[in-house]
Amino acid sequence: MNYVGTWPLVRLALRRDRISLPLWVLILGGIPSALAGSLTKLYPTVQSRIDYASGLESNPATAALYGHAFSPDTIGGLTAMRIGAIGATLTGLMNILLIIRHTRAEEQAGRRELLGAGAVGRQAPLAAAFVIAVIADLLIALVCTLGLKARDQDPTGALALGLGLALCGLVFAAIAAVVAQLTTSSRSANGISIALLGGFFILRGLGDASGDGGAHWLSWISPIGWGQQLRPFATERWWVLLVMLAAAVVLALVAWTLSARRDMGAGLLADRPGSATGERMGTFALAWRLQRGSLLGWTFGFAVVGVVIGSAAKDVGKVVNGSAKVQEALEKMGGRTALVDAFLAAMIALLGLAAAAYAVSSALRLRAEENDHRIEPLLAGSVTRGGWMAGHLAFAFIGAAVPLAAAGLTMGLVHGARVGDVGGQAGRILGAALVQLPAVWVLAGIAVALFGLAPRLVAVSWAGVGLALLFGQFGSALDLSQGVRDISPFTHLPRLPGGEFQALPVTVLVVIAIVLAAAGLVGFRRRDVS
Amino acid sequence: MTTMVAAQGLIKSFGRTRALDGLNLNVEAGQVHGFLGPNGAGKSTTIRVLLGLLRADGGSVSLLGGDPWKDATELHRRIAYVPGDVTLWPQLTGGEVIDLLGRLGSGLDPDRRKALLERYELDPTKKARTYSKGNRQKVALVAAFASKAEVLILDEPTSGLDPLMEEVFRQCVAEVAAEGRTVLLSSHILSEVEALCEQVTIIRSGRTVESGALSSLRHLGRTTVVAEVDAVPDGLGALPGVHDVTVEGNTVRFQADNGKLSDAVGRLAAAGLRSLSSTAPTLEELFLRYYSTAQDRPESKQAVRS
Repeated sequence: MNYVGTWPLVRLALRRDRISLPLWVLILGGIPSALAGSLTKLYPTVQSRIDYASGLESNPATAALYGHAFSPDTIGGLTAMRIGAIGATLTGLMNILLIIRHTRAEEQAGRRELLGAGAVGRQAPLAAAFVIAVIADLLIALVCTLGLKARDQDPTGALALGLGLALCGLVFAAIAAVVAQLTTSSRSANGISIALLGGFFILRGLGDASGDGGAHWLSWISPIGWGQQLRPFATERWWVLLVMLAAAVVLALVAWTLSARRDMGAGLLADRPGSATGERMGTFALAWRLQRGSLLGWTFGFAVVGVVIGSAAKDVGKVVNGSAKVQEALEKMGGRTALVDAFLAAMIALLGLAAAAYAVSSALRLRAEENDHRIEPLLAGSVTRGGWMAGHLAFAFIGAAVPLAAAGLTMGLVHGARVGDVGGQAGRILGAALVQLPAVWVLAGIAVALFGLAPRLVAVSWAGVGLALLFGQFGSALDLSQGVRDISPFTHLPRLPGGEFQALPVTVLVVIAIVLAAAGLVGFRRRDVS
Repeated sequence: MTTMVAAQGLIKSFGRTRALDGLNLNVEAGQVHGFLGPNGAGKSTTIRVLLGLLRADGGSVSLLGGDPWKDATELHRRIAYVPGDVTLWPQLTGGEVIDLLGRLGSGLDPDRRKALLERYELDPTKKARTYSKGNRQKVALVAAFASKAEVLILDEPTSGLDPLMEEVFRQCVAEVAAEGRTVLLSSHILSEVEALCEQVTIIRSGRTVESGALSSLRHLGRTTVVAEVDAVPDGLGALPGVHDVTVEGNTVRFQADNGKLSDAVGRLAAAGLRSLSSTAPTLEELFLRYYSTAQDRPESKQAVRS
């Protein structure tokens, strides 16, 4: 009886997601064949492919992002390398958002209660969310396989790549299902799940970037690494799929058990009584109360990531003890120090994107507060619209600097301690991390501008983050023109550490961000509150 | 008398739907003013215009003599507002929300805050996410009644309260009125409006259909007459201002417009009157009459009258 009503819920969810889900499936399933197409043009000969792959593998920065090429002579193998980790991460993200949206978010909004009074079993919402996740993941595998087959790639390898993505997605669906049982708020459930996703991405990256005899096993404790260990287009190791399936099933069972035992609407952590008065409560204090959990969580996560990256950075230069030719290539790139700097700069660029995600979600708090009508009693008081916005924007704009600074500082201190130059490294790496801010601010500024001028379209601000990620990670492999890549604010940042600081692009980005935010402020002061 | 709320010919459209279509509303200082209308009539939209949350497309509106859009924050230091559906910040306690709203509004009287928490039996240390709908409403009510506001704007404030708390609410409104403060009370509960308000404004489809003192509105309604007579007189139904005549044995039942009673009663007296009772119209009858007669749909008219 626990599953009564699952199918109606599946249909309801498919109806609600009828736009976003097909988009996710087409983009995630379609990127591999798009990549295969441009890689075919860029690297027509076997030798050019092998050179390209060994170049990527020997540079710890790119090795951390893409992992190993197990079949560098084929286009399929190159595609699998380029798409693997990031494709798996994005599929995981889709699954996390999907599961939380249809379980904890529904429960928190009280809609689950409305349905629960009807013929809907206690496990039906979770089961329905999983059904949707399985459908979406299998469709991604299908689109990926058919797309690559249409590009004349080996269908077996294409299927392995697609299934690797799909099962990695399912593992994260199961992780999110467990997290959804723990917290009462969908926001923290999303936050915790995405933090785990990021953590696994970094573990895999360190495993793949660590030199010979290094911590390769790190790749194996990350679900994101499993899809690559499947070795699509090389000699496929199909048993890895079983490992992934087993992990997904075990985690799903944990979620099922927890869900069967708890009350509706409750998390596993009970609420404690709080203060009976709020003497110091004002608009800014309110924004702090609403945003502090998220800010502290992100800062802690960034600090941990900084420690991990900082402790690994010194060894990444050791990657290749291999051929003299590669060693020579390394010298050309500027030697060990330059290599370490390039690795740090690549990691910091990724952290910049993550900080942009924080800043956008923090700015979108504005819309959430308005949508839930919590803004009304405040504006019915003596709060100006600008004052109310300023409280939250302080967290989006100034707040974004805090996790970046935490990561830069821990990264610099740990790396500095390892190379015996704490003072020097801490300063330059902290600076490099903070240089990401202007681009972060532009993306947050877009969110603010949309909130003020076109509030129904605020979700589009996530497209900004998505495009920045896409251009940053796939820009060269997709053979995008510089003009297209210039759309992303991150393209204009100086590559630090190692590169040269340029004041002009940074200043221009800051000005753009200010203009966007100001447009949002003015727009909100003129429009109706919904 | 000072006018606290004045709206003339208020117009507000959302896309193609016209939510307010020339609405008038006048609330004088010291009044407890009932604001009535069916669902979707535009009550909440009017209130949101008064709060400066929406900008009117046409007409004029003033709150405490100021422009609610331009002077929002200054005006809001002098008012208190209770929405019909109170949503709170789940991670804040009730006590914190009350103090926050008090600080942002006209300031709180700490003694009154304490007394109100007791009267409403509200635990201020609980997180808002654990409150029921009624308890969330109590949070907003305590903040409003403990405030020093000159005008209290209450939008269906009792929809989640139990009858005991509803009684506490009525006492609170009476106390506020006794202090000479102004209350604009939008409500569906007609007995509540009848008990609390001396002035009412009735709106429908974004327009004001009636406004005035409740006592004078009563004169607009029809008196219900039930009489027992020796012989039923003919032609009662043909008299001007007499409606819905029904005869059951020797009992005659009809409704008469205000001031049209004498002819009918004269005929009854001539026909040998044994007993007579007349009932003044209730607010409910007024209410139904305004909605049904203005509905322009004959079938609904009959449904209401029968």
